[in-house]
Amino acid sequence: MSDKKNIFERIAEGQIWKSIFRGGGAPKSRRQRMMVVLNSVFLHLHPVRLPKHAVKLKFTWCMGGLSFFIFLILTISGILLMFYYRPTIEYAYTDIMDLTEQVPFGIMREIHRWGAHAMVIAVWLHMFRVFMTGSYKPPREFNWSVGVILLVLTLLLSFTGYLLPWDQLAIWAIAVGSNMAGATPFLGAEGPGSSLLAIGDINFITKASDARFGLIGGRFLGEATLLRFYVLHCIGLPFIIMIFMAVHFWRIRKDGGISTPV
Amino acid sequence: MDAFKSLINYVSNPTILFTAVLVGFPFVFPPTNWFYKVHKKLGIDKLWTKKGLIIMVAITVAFFIFGLGDDNFKKIVLKPDNVPISGLIILLIFFTWLSLSQAYKNDKLIDEGKPVDEYYEAPNDKVLVWPDLVYVELISLILFSAFMLIWSIGLPAPLEEPANPSESPNPAKAPWYFLGLQEMLVYFDPWYAGVVLPTFIIIGLMAIPYIDTDPNGSGYYSYKNRMLSLSIYLFGWLVLWNVLIVIGTFLRGPNWGFFGPFEYWDSHRLEALTNVNLSEIIYIKWLNMGLPSNILLREAPGLLIMFLTFAVTPPLLARTALKSFYERLGSTRYTIFVVLMIFGVLLPVKMYLRWFFNLKYIISMPEFFFNF
Repeated sequence: MSDKKNIFERIAEGQIWKSIFRGGGAPKSRRQRMMVVLNSVFLHLHPVRLPKHAVKLKFTWCMGGLSFFIFLILTISGILLMFYYRPTIEYAYTDIMDLTEQVPFGIMREIHRWGAHAMVIAVWLHMFRVFMTGSYKPPREFNWSVGVILLVLTLLLSFTGYLLPWDQLAIWAIAVGSNMAGATPFLGAEGPGSSLLAIGDINFITKASDARFGLIGGRFLGEATLLRFYVLHCIGLPFIIMIFMAVHFWRIRKDGGISTPV
Repeated sequence: MDAFKSLINYVSNPTILFTAVLVGFPFVFPPTNWFYKVHKKLGIDKLWTKKGLIIMVAITVAFFIFGLGDDNFKKIVLKPDNVPISGLIILLIFFTWLSLSQAYKNDKLIDEGKPVDEYYEAPNDKVLVWPDLVYVELISLILFSAFMLIWSIGLPAPLEEPANPSESPNPAKAPWYFLGLQEMLVYFDPWYAGVVLPTFIIIGLMAIPYIDTDPNGSGYYSYKNRMLSLSIYLFGWLVLWNVLIVIGTFLRGPNWGFFGPFEYWDSHRLEALTNVNLSEIIYIKWLNMGLPSNILLREAPGLLIMFLTFAVTPPLLARTALKSFYERLGSTRYTIFVVLMIFGVLLPVKMYLRWFFNLKYIISMPEFFFNF
């Protein structure tokens, strides 16, 4: 009687299951456990085997993985929010208001906002851990620099998203930030040296052509700014950050995996 | 209670708070052997024991609980967007402790000639990703998701009045992670605090592995062998970044004036604006003459100081105090390192010049929007 197979075992041996998960059944032998990582497009971000300290939370703090996981949470919650949000001055605020007032138990906006804060903190702590373990040292120098770019992109993603609710908190925070762009050396209308970029009496850098204008799409925060930040937040920056993340993850493996004492 | 509150209000004034942090820092995170010896002698290394952690967290939590009884404190700390910063403070204490407790343990092992905690013998000490890593990842993922859900249900995201470009709030603050930079706006003009300084921070961070070329200490926590680089990094990260964020968030009220944590944010309080430029101090106050009309002559003192700082100091240090550095790093690395360090040191220097001499600008050329 014991050779009678239960439903799970029969599914695991069927053609469909085996075609999806090569190797079939729960990975029990050492070989199967190695193959399960090698055969999965998602799991094979990992090596097959790791030094034992690499699975300890007290060493890794799990902050790199968590940063990536929060990025996924933010992508999913962000896509859902995009269904209900229109990036125009007329609708932006009321759409957010609707999300707050009209959706029973609606927490998608909260997940997205607090997730964004959490990602900033997770990325910072990941960098902290990498520094404390000296993991930026050869051969991982370049990947550290890629990580710095990812940090900057994370902050920019959070910054562009900050404007979208179009409330007082949003526009004045962005006003403080974008005014800085107007002071960019040479390229900002109020920046040092901008008056040098001129031919005769014609200034190239004016309030209608400087770095701030390029950032907010106008002389004042308005419709163009909202659309610009929306596109950067939903498409532009995620696109760029994904490229750098791919390089970052690839280089972890190529630089010899997690850092270890020599 | 009120006496305690006003004491806290008094000592959290940036002048006192920052000075205390500045003086205490090298003894807590010693950069050199001398500081390290004092650090050990004073028993500050006990901070990185379990007892130390309990005491540090208990004091912080007790302070927050005590503070929440105060209306002014509560109003600022419980502002939805400020909540993550309170979390960050606790996380910073915990993770600083976590890394340094392991570092000190490894330091001891190294002293005894034993292999560090993370040492493993390939390939015997390797574990399989499935299941050893995958289940750790799965559990972290589930726990974090649960945490996110609780956080999101418990704390509604802020939504203030609809945007109104004609009515600016006082104070208008950038998102919290940029408040350290906004705090720097008190001491520097936007072109520097908002554009050049962040650029230097990014370049400086990216340059770390190309400047700190010592291959030792990779892949495990340690302190003693990497004292200087760790101390510099921790100073930048904990003090110049995070302490300034905390000051900018919790202690800066209307008109970006300083307010203690238990102080009411009075928007009618006036700040005396009596800051003067270096050129005014020299020509008007000391030499008793008017400002020269020639810009270069007028700003000559400031330009001279900047020239001395950036062109004379690095080669001077290369021949004296930092001679061994210069020999080890070579001229390119050394120059980049020292110039970045000078820019870093200029931040606190300018802060103190403002506090003690009301100095506004070392170089002031409003004609070219160039003030430093």
